[in-house]
Amino acid sequence: MSAKRAKYGMVIDVDRCTGCGACMIACAAENNVPPGPADSTDRTGITLMRIYRADNGKDFPENESVFFPVSCQQCDHHPPCVSVCPQNAVEVDAATGIVAQIPVRCLGCRYCMAACPYHARYFNWWDPVWPEGMERELNPDVSLRMRGVVEKCNLCFHRLQTAREKAAAEGRAEIIAGEYVPACVEACPAAAITFGDLLDEESEVHRLSQRGESFRLLERLGTGPKVYYTSEREWVRALAEKDPASTPGRTAATD
Amino acid sequence: MPFGKFVSLMIPWTILLLIGMYAIFLCLTKGLNQTNMDNRFAFGVWIFLDLSVIALGAGAFFTGFLVYIMKRDELRAVINSAVVLGFICYSGAILILMVDVGQPLRAWFTFWHPNIHSMLTEVTFCITCYLAVLSVEYAPLVLKNKKLKEIPAFLAMEYELHRIMPVLAGVGTFLSFFHQGSLGGLFGVLQAHPFAFREGLAIWPTTFFLFIISAAAAGPSFILLTTWIVSRISRKRLVSESVYTLLARISGSIPLVYVLLKSIDTFTWLNRTVPQMGLSGMSFFLWAPFNIWILFVEIIVFGLIPSLLLIFGGGRLRAGWLVASAALVCCGILLNRFVMTIQTLSLPTMAFDRFMLYTPSWQEISAFLFVVAYGVIIYSLSFRYLRLFPQETELDRN
Repeated sequence: MSAKRAKYGMVIDVDRCTGCGACMIACAAENNVPPGPADSTDRTGITLMRIYRADNGKDFPENESVFFPVSCQQCDHHPPCVSVCPQNAVEVDAATGIVAQIPVRCLGCRYCMAACPYHARYFNWWDPVWPEGMERELNPDVSLRMRGVVEKCNLCFHRLQTAREKAAAEGRAEIIAGEYVPACVEACPAAAITFGDLLDEESEVHRLSQRGESFRLLERLGTGPKVYYTSEREWVRALAEKDPASTPGRTAATD
Repeated sequence: MPFGKFVSLMIPWTILLLIGMYAIFLCLTKGLNQTNMDNRFAFGVWIFLDLSVIALGAGAFFTGFLVYIMKRDELRAVINSAVVLGFICYSGAILILMVDVGQPLRAWFTFWHPNIHSMLTEVTFCITCYLAVLSVEYAPLVLKNKKLKEIPAFLAMEYELHRIMPVLAGVGTFLSFFHQGSLGGLFGVLQAHPFAFREGLAIWPTTFFLFIISAAAAGPSFILLTTWIVSRISRKRLVSESVYTLLARISGSIPLVYVLLKSIDTFTWLNRTVPQMGLSGMSFFLWAPFNIWILFVEIIVFGLIPSLLLIFGGGRLRAGWLVASAALVCCGILLNRFVMTIQTLSLPTMAFDRFMLYTPSWQEISAFLFVVAYGVIIYSLSFRYLRLFPQETELDRN
């Protein structure tokens, strides 16, 4: 088991992200997210990693787009979902900083969903069902979630446990950087996501998070997300704090 | 009222009740996919219903407080009716909450693993305890039934329960203050939603206090309204004119205080809280159909105007005006609960997010109407077989 305290987080280079959705698919496959039934919609399906598209509001040829992969932002400072849950079904792991959902304790009141500013929490509106034969592909390291409970990204915590077990088997007290990587990071074909311990000053993720081009979503709320984004483009960085009513290209009236 | 006519009046409500039961059955067996709620609208029309009926049911605690603690004996004329209304509202709310959660069988987890920092924990504890108090308060009314009174043990029990009523009223008031407040706090603590977020005193946002005052405002208005409606349907004088006048004065003065505090709160929120978060308060009202009109209607049309009518017209205006004003006060509180629940969730939080609307499914509406039908039936049975208005017999004789 890792002895030193870590703070796992990621930096997503949105200038590299093509919005291909590989991270979404990898996340769903890794975490045993069932395919939605025929009557599910993009508002009722489960996408622990979700890609949003935004543009600069200008007409062609000045128009530019950006894709924001958004999962649980792993808030470091008073995570809104933790304090609102009436039965402590959301916990922050002090050793890693990972904000984890405990589905077996979840009542399904959905207060945490209302409290999350990033809409990164999902409710199981249906029982999980896989097409015949597909259940053979299920990941044995991840428990299935039943109907009526909330779930979210927990940075593939099971992968951390696997890495720890491997380290223990090899007689090491700590895991080596790079041994624990969430599925979305691994799957990104553009290598847009860098993951690691934000407290480790030697790490790439720490270096990237400290760059001037790095920013976090809705930092003004004071939730201290551990997911950073980075972009060379100023209008993209400005989106992080922009009032939704004044987003370029989108007005209240047209939306 | 002849038994046959009473039954015929109950038939439509019973049909509504049965349809609602079927909808609830579907939701419990097939899951919340029967609703139109989604990952964004995690709360829907049911939470709006819960907040609303609990505010309307506040007449029970507030009248109990006035009668047993403040010794306003004139209000004994409506206290029984207030207790029944409170019981209906709270039991209806808990019933719908049980359907609204994804795993109703885990409801006890909140008592087993309570998160003391959660407003919802406070709500759960207080509502459950207060429903127990209301049930004990309801019991003497039932035991007073002339058939049940023939059993000596019931008579003795009724006498004993009456003796502890002031204690129960005190406990009920304490619990109610906290859960009405924590229902407001439920939204006021949402730092993620600057539209709902409010600063406050210690751990309580201002919505905590506003919900208490608005519930105290809605309760007496709802009692005035229901007493008048029941009086019209039964064609009986149930309470004296002085009770109506007193209820009107109470129903007017508390909403006036509420309107004042709500205005100060809105002003502070617009000019301090929201700008501190780097936003403009007015930008929340750019998203149709929830434009600025909603704030105007809530504060002026459903707040200030009926309050003034009730305070200054209490002794002069015709009953119809008082009742209409009381109805407007109730509508104001309902609109406030709607804004806190639905408008809060419809607004985007991130720049690349969308404004969204939500239409409840027939199952949600039927379950909503189930609570209404349940309330009408329980109240009608209580009115027919129990002594809800002690002045009724005397006024009828005159």
